[in-house]
Amino acid sequence: MRILLIDDSKTMRNIQKSVLNQLGFLELEEACDGQDALDKISEFKPELCLVDWNMPVMDGLTFVKSFRETDKTTPLIMVTTESEKARVIEAIKAGVNNYVVKPFTPDLLSERISETLAKCNA
Amino acid sequence: MDASYINPFMTSIQNVFSTMFQLPVEIGEPHIKADRKASHDVSGIIGVSGEMVGTIVLSMPMPVSEAIVHLFTGMDIKSDSDDFADAIGELVNMISGNAKAEFQRKGVFISCPSVIIGDGHRVATNTDTPCVCIPCYTDCGEVALEISLRATTQVSSTHSSAA
Repeated sequence: MRILLIDDSKTMRNIQKSVLNQLGFLELEEACDGQDALDKISEFKPELCLVDWNMPVMDGLTFVKSFRETDKTTPLIMVTTESEKARVIEAIKAGVNNYVVKPFTPDLLSERISETLAKCNA
Repeated sequence: MDASYINPFMTSIQNVFSTMFQLPVEIGEPHIKADRKASHDVSGIIGVSGEMVGTIVLSMPMPVSEAIVHLFTGMDIKSDSDDFADAIGELVNMISGNAKAEFQRKGVFISCPSVIIGDGHRVATNTDTPCVCIPCYTDCGEVALEISLRATTQVSSTHSSAA
């Protein structure tokens, strides 16, 4: 499965890569902001995206809205420090399928990924 | 500064350090800083805007920051590497984001982090707002959270978008 990791922090992308590798996902691409992700989507064709919220150039919410204009089905998981209820609702309204608040344990991230893929493939 | 602004940061640093790399944090007695010289030589800085304004600084001595970055990333990263600053920035980002969720105000936004490394540096902030230093003790050594925040509005229930 092709997974796109969108986060301005390389440290965070590495942590996510490590969790995904342990889950057996090896086909990973990285983007450092929403615009970089949009630029990589047509070639990489992700089947799942993990998206941070606060990023320079283009934030995660803007990316989600833009991505959903043309793709209604690819699962998107927001992985962010933004944990207020209003923010979670805003992200879900914009089109994310699941939400993970940083900091997270590897177990929590893998649980949310499995849960999201199961729901979207049902 | 309202004391209720400080408590969320104490629980947040404990939560971030224990969740991300199983490092317990013991909180010391917070005190108001007499000057704006950073407590230590590595500072991760987040700006706050919206219904609250100010800065949040995670300040660490170099050897402590290297030990913490090693725990966080699982790698030995030199302090002059971009990856070192990235890791420090992500830590202060998580601490700030978690604490922010505990505030009564909804329209509070945090900036992307900046990291300053250097002995005796000074973080220039609004001098009208006091800066509270929270000493934090870990097995890697002492770190400091420096919080300088003030509200720009009364508490309201207005919802706004994150930047």
